[in-house]
Amino acid sequence: MTEWVPRSRVRTTLAVVLPGAPQLLSGRRASGGFALTVWVGLLALLASRADRVRAAFTGAADQRLAVLSLVVGLAASWVWSVLDTRRPQHVSEVGISQRTLTMRAFSRNRVAVAGLLAIGVFYLVALLTPLIAPYDPTAQGSLLAERLVGPSALHPLGTDRFARDVFSRLLYGARISLTIGFVAVAISVTIGTVLGAVSGYFGGIVDGVIMRFVDMVIAFPRLILLIAIIALFQPSIFLIIAVLGLTQWPATTRIVRGEVLSLREREFIEAAHALGYSRARIILRHLIPNSLAPIIVAATLGIGNTIVLEAGLSFLGLGVQPPTASWGTMVADGRDHLLGAWWVATFPGLAIVLTVLAFNLVGDGLRDALDPRMRT
Amino acid sequence: MTRYLVRRLLGAVPLVLGIATIVFFVVNAAPGDPTQYLLAPGLRPEVVAQMRANFGLDQPIHIRYVKWMAALLSGDFGYSYSHSRPVLDVIGAALPNTLILSALALALAFAAGIVLGTIQAVRQHRPTDSVLSVILLFFYSMPSFWLALMLILTFSLYARNVWGWPIWFPASGVHSVHYAFLSLGGKLRDRALHLVLPTASLALVLAAGVARYMRASMLEVIRQDFIRTARAKGLSERAVVFRHALRNALIPAITLLGLYLPFLFSGTVFIETVFAWPGMGKTIIDAISARDYPVVMAGSFIFAVMVVAGNLVADVLYAVVDPRIRYD
Repeated sequence: MTEWVPRSRVRTTLAVVLPGAPQLLSGRRASGGFALTVWVGLLALLASRADRVRAAFTGAADQRLAVLSLVVGLAASWVWSVLDTRRPQHVSEVGISQRTLTMRAFSRNRVAVAGLLAIGVFYLVALLTPLIAPYDPTAQGSLLAERLVGPSALHPLGTDRFARDVFSRLLYGARISLTIGFVAVAISVTIGTVLGAVSGYFGGIVDGVIMRFVDMVIAFPRLILLIAIIALFQPSIFLIIAVLGLTQWPATTRIVRGEVLSLREREFIEAAHALGYSRARIILRHLIPNSLAPIIVAATLGIGNTIVLEAGLSFLGLGVQPPTASWGTMVADGRDHLLGAWWVATFPGLAIVLTVLAFNLVGDGLRDALDPRMRT
Repeated sequence: MTRYLVRRLLGAVPLVLGIATIVFFVVNAAPGDPTQYLLAPGLRPEVVAQMRANFGLDQPIHIRYVKWMAALLSGDFGYSYSHSRPVLDVIGAALPNTLILSALALALAFAAGIVLGTIQAVRQHRPTDSVLSVILLFFYSMPSFWLALMLILTFSLYARNVWGWPIWFPASGVHSVHYAFLSLGGKLRDRALHLVLPTASLALVLAAGVARYMRASMLEVIRQDFIRTARAKGLSERAVVFRHALRNALIPAITLLGLYLPFLFSGTVFIETVFAWPGMGKTIIDAISARDYPVVMAGSFIFAVMVVAGNLVADVLYAVVDPRIRYD
């Protein structure tokens, strides 16, 4: 059954002026609201920071990236909304793919959608930071007049012991957390997936060796390993990404191996064998794509986990080195001024919690959506 | 059963030796050695060389590995450079503090987590469940060191100094400065008060994880046929939930015990640092910055062995509790 909703001129015209508004009006609150927020927010930013945008063209790489994200964000919101109103609004009920089913199940989960939108906003803000941040994150104000000043109109989240603006540092710190979380998990998921698939597919000695190694790494308190490696070498952002990425894969390996072990016995793999496909092709084109669901869930939850770990390492002074702003270091900075200046430690911690919460909500939502037994 | 136990114990031996090997090579692959920390700058090179020879650091790494391993197997963990005491003494002083903290936190976390998870599962699709879910996920997403700071801020700084509460929860150490002058009851009270905040910061984050797991486990069990049978027999909802569902849902929760140990020990590293708690985590961190290799190696080795042991206990318990598991 296909139901056609007539497209109207009004909707298209509205989309040209206020992208997202027609979708919002027709009841798609999440996607419409997000597009509208992005559109209005970015336009407001463009209007209020016009001088910075102009200056950014000749500025540093991150400033140019911010302007690029601004333009791409505006364009994406507009193009999506206009194209969306022109597309026939039909709801297909036959031949629904697994992917559509998953997406529908996910979009019904309101908390998970909220988490996804929050992540979108976090990344956008992180990219646009050079345009948004009211102050330079490392610039020290007057140590006499502006040191440890509470939240005010001038400094929305107060200042720290070097009279630096906490809000600006928070925004710059987001880039560290979000980048490290994403890159480290990408590394660990890639290694984990390949090793898990190889281990599960070949079995025998290969499996034995890989899985014994996995057992060892999992039994090892990871934090101690991380601290030992980082403290004994020189802490740097690349070392942290590498170490976080290279120590997390065993969990993924276990998950993927389990999946592959059960997939290996299925008919379609037998068929692939009968067709004479190479083992590499079977692993990469048949086994891994079919075990993707739990990998995606583990990766999403893993990003949250990695952000907490990175913050912890920074808190111990083993992460990103001062004066670069990072949430963990900021919490550590605030530790000495808890009673006099609670805002220094509180807000960066809250930022960590909200970011990790968003990733966990999406991870949970994905797990429920990808599990056919949980769909109702 | 005995055969299963023996097989599992034998399987743990190469695992422990493998971990010891990783520990040794990670620590020794790093640049810099303890002499740099101990010796004053500008010493004559002969003195430095003599010092290195005294510690056996002039020998090639494979010789040191064999010697270290042989010593380890005979129960000798070496000598701490920075404490100038045998490593075993250093660890022996720190281990009980960590064990008290983590055992208490683990027990509290499981008790609270099981109760909360069960409530959530029984109230699925109702406001209680969704509200609890979000609150628990909030704690689950929280870095324990930040939670610790927030608890200090609230209960040990603001509560007495600003809001004038009668009870004050101390924010550092295992006991007060005037501990030695207290009566027996006073000593106990002092120790207990010092435990409250560190335990709470560890347990709250863990409990959220246990509750999430218990909720899923309960929901899985509640959907099964024997629960429907129990209801059909006319048993009270209370009996169905506690006698039939909860008991079965608890079985997979045993595996959590093994899974959470590494997590718990990581947590103690932060908590001990924040609360100046003289336990294993703090000892290892201090040893790392002092390049005190023997303590770092022994400390991480003991943590790893405890994790392996915890997993072993969890697996054996699982086999004991669940008759469906075959011991082959």
